[in-house]
Amino acid sequence: MNTQDIIAALEAVHAGILANEDQIESLDRAIGDGDHFINVRRGCEAITAMKAELLPLPPSQAFSRIGMKLLSTIGGASGPLIGSFFISMGRDLEGTAEPDEKRFARALAAGVQAIKSRGKAELGEKTMLDVLIPVSRLLLRLVDEGSDRDTLCAKLKQEAEFNMLATRAMIATKGRAHFLGDRALGHIDPGAKTSQVALFAVCDCLRDRPSALSPTD
Amino acid sequence: MKKFVNDVEQLLAESLQGMAAAHSDLLALHLDPIFVTRRQPPQPKVAPDLGRRLGHEPLHCGFIGKGMLDAACPGQVFTSPTPDQMLAAALEVDRGHGVLFIVKNYAGDVMNFQMAAEMMLQPCATVLVNDYVAIERSTHGTGRRGGRHADRGEVVGAAAEAGANLNQCKVVGDRVNSRTASMGVAFTAAPCPRRAGRLSTSPTTRWNSASASTANRDAGAARCGRHGNWSTS
Repeated sequence: MNTQDIIAALEAVHAGILANEDQIESLDRAIGDGDHFINVRRGCEAITAMKAELLPLPPSQAFSRIGMKLLSTIGGASGPLIGSFFISMGRDLEGTAEPDEKRFARALAAGVQAIKSRGKAELGEKTMLDVLIPVSRLLLRLVDEGSDRDTLCAKLKQEAEFNMLATRAMIATKGRAHFLGDRALGHIDPGAKTSQVALFAVCDCLRDRPSALSPTD
Repeated sequence: MKKFVNDVEQLLAESLQGMAAAHSDLLALHLDPIFVTRRQPPQPKVAPDLGRRLGHEPLHCGFIGKGMLDAACPGQVFTSPTPDQMLAAALEVDRGHGVLFIVKNYAGDVMNFQMAAEMMLQPCATVLVNDYVAIERSTHGTGRRGGRHADRGEVVGAAAEAGANLNQCKVVGDRVNSRTASMGVAFTAAPCPRRAGRLSTSPTTRWNSASASTANRDAGAARCGRHGNWSTS
């Protein structure tokens, strides 16, 4: 995976977020405080705008730069969480010029771990982690088993969707929705939704890019 | 709700520009990143610094002044400010005696200030405001939110002006927080500037003791009927 792949994937995430505006907004209005979509969109726009600056950088530095940019543009709880995610991926990839699938899977796990530490949240608390943790675990397993690219993307998307929908039956103990108690039951967590949308976009984008998932470490 | 807004995307900057122009003797506005500081550079002393989401404007910037806050970092509407704002504001107002962050207990605000504090090279301390009694203290979750911070700004600001050091200011701030309880009431939730609707709806004959942004939905929020019969849900 090179920096061009990363930029292409993040542009796909931007498009995915915009395409799902109505659903993300209505979920967040139901159990959040209504700022999630616009904050994530602001972050996506900032990354799209810094494309030229990112292109010459190796993936580790590109991820760090993206993380710092998101940290200063998103705000709210998502800013430090998503910012920490990218900064930790960048730190994990230091010294790796073009990460292969296995290397990338490890970096993603490091990023998800950073979200857990920063948000002091675990699986089952009705947050973005309910999508990110299982997807990251599955990716580690699939690359270990040597899955082909199409199977890998299809299974990751399936896992993301299943776990996003599962947040509907959860009571939030972290995030803005926890003030609602059991009144958050029956609503999908907006953070889990944007995570699923982002993962779908990344999978669809990288599946068709030969450099993205090839072992060129 | 009808309102005058030039451009929703520019609301934060434009509303602050208006406030800074109206109070140019008191306030200095910095736009990249956005923060507001006291116009007269204070004597060497601890600098109380408060960051909060815009949404109750001009509340927080309105508490900048002598014996009060030295800086405020307004976030986007209903969104906490970011660490770069806090760092820039802290660097601007630090007179070598440290900076005291006064932070309300919302997950986003707390995380952003933690990251700023981790990146700060200068001495800093934090007073966490969690006095909002309509939200019960709980073992899980974030716990009580911050309701009033102004009294912490006043007391800590006065202590700093009188020459208290960073640790003394923090002790004073924590003490005020532990002895304060607050509860807000609203008939309806606040409208979000970029949308026509409100964040939640509530019958207008009932009071709701949640924050203005999400009145009537929050667990533990007390509700009051027309005849004053309070209930908690």
